[in-house]
Amino acid sequence: MSDPSEDIDAHSGVETTGHSWDGIKELNNPLPRWWLISWYISIVWAIGYMIVMPAIPALPGMGTNTLGVWGQSDRTNVATAVTELKTERQASSITLLDASLEEIESDRELQQFALAMGESLFGDNCATCHGAGGRGAKGYPILADDIWLWDGTLDGIETTLRYGIRHDSNDQTRFSMMPRFGRDGILTSSQVDDLAEYVLNFSDRSHDHAAVTRAAPIWQAQCASCHGEIGTGDRSVGAPNLTDAEWLYGSEPRDIRETIYNARNSHMPAWEGRLDDASIKALAVYVHTLGGGE
Amino acid sequence: MTQAIGNFRRANASLFAVGALLAVFLLLAVLMAANAKDPGMTIQAWTFVALAGTFLVGMCMWAGNPPENDPFDDTEYEDGIIKWGVFASMFWGLVGMLVGVVIALQLTWPNLFYFPELGWTNFGRLRPLHTSAVIFAFGGNVLIATSFYVVQRTCRARLAGGMWPWFVFWGYQIFIVLAATGYLLGVTQSKEYAEPEWYTDLWLTLVWVTYLLVFLATLWKRKEPHIYVANWFYLSFIVTIAMLHIVNNLSIPVDLAGTKSVQVFSGVQDALTQWWYGHNAVGFFLTTGFLAIMYYFIPKRVNRPVYSYRLSIVHFWSLIFIYIWAGPHHLHYTALPQWAQTLGMAFSIMLWMPSWGGMINGVMTLSGAWDKLRTDPVVRMMVVSLAFYGMATFEGPLMSVRAVNALSHYTEWGIGHVHSGALGWVGYISFGALYCLTPWLWKRRGLYSTKLVEWHFWISTIGIIFYIVSMWFAGVLEGLMWRAYNEFGFLEYSFVETVEAKHISYIIRALGGLLYFSGAGVMAYNLVRTALGHGEASAAEATKPDVTSDSEPSLQPAE
Repeated sequence: MSDPSEDIDAHSGVETTGHSWDGIKELNNPLPRWWLISWYISIVWAIGYMIVMPAIPALPGMGTNTLGVWGQSDRTNVATAVTELKTERQASSITLLDASLEEIESDRELQQFALAMGESLFGDNCATCHGAGGRGAKGYPILADDIWLWDGTLDGIETTLRYGIRHDSNDQTRFSMMPRFGRDGILTSSQVDDLAEYVLNFSDRSHDHAAVTRAAPIWQAQCASCHGEIGTGDRSVGAPNLTDAEWLYGSEPRDIRETIYNARNSHMPAWEGRLDDASIKALAVYVHTLGGGE
Repeated sequence: MTQAIGNFRRANASLFAVGALLAVFLLLAVLMAANAKDPGMTIQAWTFVALAGTFLVGMCMWAGNPPENDPFDDTEYEDGIIKWGVFASMFWGLVGMLVGVVIALQLTWPNLFYFPELGWTNFGRLRPLHTSAVIFAFGGNVLIATSFYVVQRTCRARLAGGMWPWFVFWGYQIFIVLAATGYLLGVTQSKEYAEPEWYTDLWLTLVWVTYLLVFLATLWKRKEPHIYVANWFYLSFIVTIAMLHIVNNLSIPVDLAGTKSVQVFSGVQDALTQWWYGHNAVGFFLTTGFLAIMYYFIPKRVNRPVYSYRLSIVHFWSLIFIYIWAGPHHLHYTALPQWAQTLGMAFSIMLWMPSWGGMINGVMTLSGAWDKLRTDPVVRMMVVSLAFYGMATFEGPLMSVRAVNALSHYTEWGIGHVHSGALGWVGYISFGALYCLTPWLWKRRGLYSTKLVEWHFWISTIGIIFYIVSMWFAGVLEGLMWRAYNEFGFLEYSFVETVEAKHISYIIRALGGLLYFSGAGVMAYNLVRTALGHGEASAAEATKPDVTSDSEPSLQPAE
């Protein structure tokens, strides 16, 4: 091996270590000073941090671990933050519980609080199906318009929220059951076709007047009891108005035919027990003010 | 002559040993296939039989017609495996990046790329396929190929073990296929970056320990007095990955012919073990392994000495000592005891400078050859990779600070951070090494087209910038939205609003990924044309594998 001091790199004037691997040599430069100082600072900082924070698992007889001179504890911090938030909300929450829904809407301050609370709850619990801002989706009613299947009053909305729709495990749930006319063999396939034309005729979209005439007695016998003689619906059983331009499951002839054949009867869960009373109240106020509350 | 024959006999013994090992595992696999307890095992076991059987038959046919020259000639380097490794790296790299583009599109337009009747196309199955393909299949093949190349050159010794290095290479490819097909079948133990089930883990353990032994035996018979720094990094990578892999995958199979297994650890112990593994897979697979590549290919390519021997020692030992403790920073504000979180954070801060040591040593090695940044796009690629390395290893300790982590954790910021390291650092240093290796191995005058390297560089760099900037933006945005309270103390935004808010970032990210993938496609084309000897690569190099005009003949003493 050659003496390192003899092997000087021509460009930098720095000596090499004297070894060469496949033509690669190494210079004998010292550690960069800024690098070393930064590293020392980070080590000092880390040691300091370990002194002020819980850091060292304890030896037997020393408890669980060192607690740190700052006495910081995640558990305590979380508990404090939750308590603070509860205190902040408490006054308004209690008023919300005591007030009637109408009182909430007439008290501007209380209404603001309920709307803020309702919006937050709606985003986490309702928007998944009903869309942000209650804009709806196929099969999930729009809550921002003035068309209501069951009830659009404050109390009605609260009832729907509390007990749900066709929610099996709740006795007070809103319930109705449209028969599966085609699938269960109540009507023949051609009768279902005729009925679809009849329904289209409510909104002047039928092109087959013979079918409409054929379906008239079927409508009277099977449908009129819920949807009404002239198709305007009945909120007491959640039967939609079929004469307007709003269609929950689509307005195309094939969508309507599928509804008659299979029925839809969708569900909404009961929120009683899952959300507290104040939350349900706040949600009712929020939904009521979305655009179409009655 | 007699010595050569002796060498051949010794090496021949390795042929029989590898053959016997394969035969035993084939038998086991047939037994498992015949008694398979679930359809996943049937497919996995027969896949193994097909692959290992092909390997065994191929080896027997090759050994039945031995080439005229001693295939295990100790006076020549074993470069055949490395050529295969270059192609395997390119192939798996393209596959992994393509799957990455697909899952980026799935996240951006979930309804367009959703095929419920084809379960294997689900995001949940493709995501581990992407991560494993780019980390273990692409990265792993680059590491195996370059480590075999570097250890031979810097030790002036042929790879030890005759047939065993070939077992490492093909055994590793079998592992990749078993893991990948397993993910698509839904076979997973649900540990991030360690999804393969127990039998695939066992096979990888066998392959990896063989890799370690081959590497150690080659170091053992070196003709250089000292072990070059790149080999320290390779060795730390191989040893630590063996340890991490074995401990994190400790599990008990439910049935010896079934895919399912039960983890030995549970709850927070399992979480900590998993992130001890996950964090150090980043540390010892994606950092020390690729630093080893940097320590050989940068000084070799720019023909300058490594900047500081002392820095390489200090940053090597500090890096490997400190890295192994930093895992708990992945579990801030979880069920993990707070003291463990503090320790993880403190060690992460101390890790910052040791990480940067490698960047300094690499970049400063260019002093005296800065002009090559302008003239040689391959050098530029490797230096930019060090810049991304420096950025990612600054960002890492920053994100490990609990107050920062409270904002960044679970957001796209993490995805952006990982990809600035993966695309910028790991990807670019690998591309640089592949651009160096291909002409060297196939003895070409240069690459098929330097201009295409320029194209690759700029397409990919724009892709990386699109990717990480969009993910930083989306991450900070959603982190702030998640924690926003309104004046009444209620959360300002619902979760779905935060998802909507980052849609545009997702589109830009997918575009960035597509650009990066396209760049890799350009590279693959360039490398294939180089190997074929087209274009600027046409004239043959000297027959010896020396690449720089001033280096000594490889098999003579260097000092």
